[in-house]
Amino acid sequence: MTRLPPLAFGTWPASWAKAPERHGLVSHGNGRSKMTRKQRRMTMIAAAGGVLAVAVGLILVALNDQIVFFQSPSDIVGKQLPDGQRIRLGGLVEEGSVERGANAEVRFAVTDTVESVKVVYVGLLPDLFREGQGVVTEGVMKGDGWFHADNVLAKHDENYMPKEVAEALKGKGVWQGEE
Amino acid sequence: MIIEIGHFALILAFVLSALQSVVPVWGAVTSDRRLMAVAPPVAGMQFLLVGIAFAALMQAYMVSDFSVVNVIENSHSAKPTLYKITGVWGNHEGSLLLWVLILVLFGALVAAFGRNIPMELKAATLGVQGWVTAAFLLFMLSTSNPFVRASPAPMEGNDLNPILQDIGLAVHPPLLYVGYVGFSIVFSFAIAALILGRVDAAWARWVRPWTLLAWVFLTLGIAMGSYWAYYELGWGGYWFWDPVENASFMPWLAGTALLHSAIVMEKRGALKVWTVLLAILTFSLSLLGTFLVRSGVLTSVHAFATDPARGTFILGILVLFIGGSLALYAWRAPLLKQGGLFAPVSREGALVLNNLLLTVATAAVLVGTLYPLVLEVLTGEKISVGPPFFNLTFGPLMIPLLMAMPFGPFLAWKRGDLAAVGQRLYAVAGLALVAILVSAWWQGTDRVPAALGVGLAVWVICAAVAEILSRARFGDVGLSTGLARLVGLPKSAWGTAFGHAGIGLTLLGVVAVSAFQEEKVLTIRPGESVEIADYTLNFSGLARRTGPNYVDDVGHFDIYREGRQVAVADPAKRLYTARQMPTTEAGIVTFGLSQVYVSIGEVHSDGGADIRLYHKPLVTLIWIGCLVMSFGGVLSLFDRRLRVGAPKPARRKMAAAGQGGD
Repeated sequence: MTRLPPLAFGTWPASWAKAPERHGLVSHGNGRSKMTRKQRRMTMIAAAGGVLAVAVGLILVALNDQIVFFQSPSDIVGKQLPDGQRIRLGGLVEEGSVERGANAEVRFAVTDTVESVKVVYVGLLPDLFREGQGVVTEGVMKGDGWFHADNVLAKHDENYMPKEVAEALKGKGVWQGEE
Repeated sequence: MIIEIGHFALILAFVLSALQSVVPVWGAVTSDRRLMAVAPPVAGMQFLLVGIAFAALMQAYMVSDFSVVNVIENSHSAKPTLYKITGVWGNHEGSLLLWVLILVLFGALVAAFGRNIPMELKAATLGVQGWVTAAFLLFMLSTSNPFVRASPAPMEGNDLNPILQDIGLAVHPPLLYVGYVGFSIVFSFAIAALILGRVDAAWARWVRPWTLLAWVFLTLGIAMGSYWAYYELGWGGYWFWDPVENASFMPWLAGTALLHSAIVMEKRGALKVWTVLLAILTFSLSLLGTFLVRSGVLTSVHAFATDPARGTFILGILVLFIGGSLALYAWRAPLLKQGGLFAPVSREGALVLNNLLLTVATAAVLVGTLYPLVLEVLTGEKISVGPPFFNLTFGPLMIPLLMAMPFGPFLAWKRGDLAAVGQRLYAVAGLALVAILVSAWWQGTDRVPAALGVGLAVWVICAAVAEILSRARFGDVGLSTGLARLVGLPKSAWGTAFGHAGIGLTLLGVVAVSAFQEEKVLTIRPGESVEIADYTLNFSGLARRTGPNYVDDVGHFDIYREGRQVAVADPAKRLYTARQMPTTEAGIVTFGLSQVYVSIGEVHSDGGADIRLYHKPLVTLIWIGCLVMSFGGVLSLFDRRLRVGAPKPARRKMAAAGQGGD
């Protein structure tokens, strides 16, 4: 970094000069290792580059493996999903499809009014889960034809319809406007 | 009438902020003292005016004035008074007003207490603060005015979203905003320094208390928000890596880095160029968070496109301020003189490593937060980036940071001796090793990652304690002198110890919950009981209870341990009548540092209910750690050196307090 002359405008109060400024090209150490400013800077840059490279690697791996795609029932019905691939399945909870079993097991169907997918879930449903309303479930399609969800979401803010669902349904021409 | 006064005050504040944007900055550049002197009173007036506007809106909520659109949409006459007050900031317009109120509050604070700041710097800083204020006031007045009237006025309002009717909302947003927006003043300091072309160690000393103040509030705000989500949403989770959470977490990470790099700059005059950049980036991330939360872009990329006024305006502010400040930085930063030299192994070197890992971690969180938005805009593909992404990217970056953290405070400035520090940390490393072995033996060897996590937490906590004890030098000077030294240590040394120990406590809580928690989901009928960890819960049935604007179905559980009743839990299913919206009220019982957590799902016709039951070991440490961290920040804030408004450091006392801190 080049040192330029101070700015032409403005005058500086004396108090600004109090802090000690240290300059110099040789180290102030006890002489065990003499690194020039350039070597030190290279060390820093190498360390920064190393950390950055690791981070970029991690992010790329994570973006490859750890993201979950959103699908509507029409997207997955009749298609063979890779075994164990997690997806987010969104749509409306089909009217009259909710059946409750023992120990908080619940079965229902998610529909986009064209196709529908059977879902099984063990756990507590969100407060805003209702028949005929929008829902997003996350899980895996199994060979038994059921979508095994381990997470069921209904938005918990004033925008009741999960955004993906609203958009997927808009695409099908079913959904009009915001609630 | 009061509403119109509030509206008028807001417009006046905008005019003043426009004035403040130009006059003091011009004065600072041309060294015109009369122009510079305009800044402090104008900053004070703005705070007064925005305060009047805020009070006017609050009054409308208090008396349920349903002629105001904002009150109709977010209030109800039957709502408890507390939630009428907090409802003021429980919506878009009101929360922006709070945002601006805090913005001008910080301007007024610098005007009032920044007595030791040179006039040029103070004037230019307040001027830059004026730019931000003017931009946001214009945004409010043109797209998000809380004072719009409705005619005819309806008889009743729509009520506040029930999930927000909680004591958490009273505390969480104000704390968060003080932190978030508090970084604006640090940004203004940085831009002012760039305009004036001068940054030195003294600058860092003036800026650090404001950074600390903002950081303390942001820490508390995030912790509060996390606890609120934990007990209010009924899922038992404390952090979801939700974009809205990330929006506040990214400024926290960058602000933590800034806090550390400012130390180097203050003590050694080094890292100036970097510190200024970090100050700009931290507030840029605050602005980005505001954009993400306030523009509607998270709800839907398309909602953003169909209602462009708000989103585009904030995006404009974002581009203008981030782009403008970075351009100014690129132009002016080369003028800043370089500071002290240091070896890679030194206190400075350790703080650089801290900064490196924290900023890269911030970048990882940023990528995870923005990637789904960018991908959807570019390809239309909808994805979700959830906890697995962040665990894989953020986690591995935190591990070296926490492993290296104990070395930092032990290393000497300029050139440190790693081997010597290692010797002083032998005992601590031994304790960490014991913790790993005990934890592995107790929980089984299949839990090795958890045991390592426990060891890391013990390493961090014990090193913080060891560092403060070693400063007292009990071995050399004896007990009483050692204690006296301990009391006389600079407050910032104690601040460091508490801050670092707090991180360790939070880590311990996170590890314990993620590795050792027990969870059960089941259907339970009256008279039945269920066991979790050492506890037996007897369910005696549900009862209906009526609140001011809701009805509860309350389940009653008696909790037994070793045959004796130790507590009761009363989780509820609540229905808010105005919006017909159900919420879950978890029943949480604290035993020591651990908690038993019960929430009710579907209620069956036979009086039974689906319940989710957790035993969360050491869960409270997650938030206790944050409190300890914040306490450390407060201690540092009261360090004599940094005392805001202190005219001159008292040299005699500082010399007596020991060399340790400086």
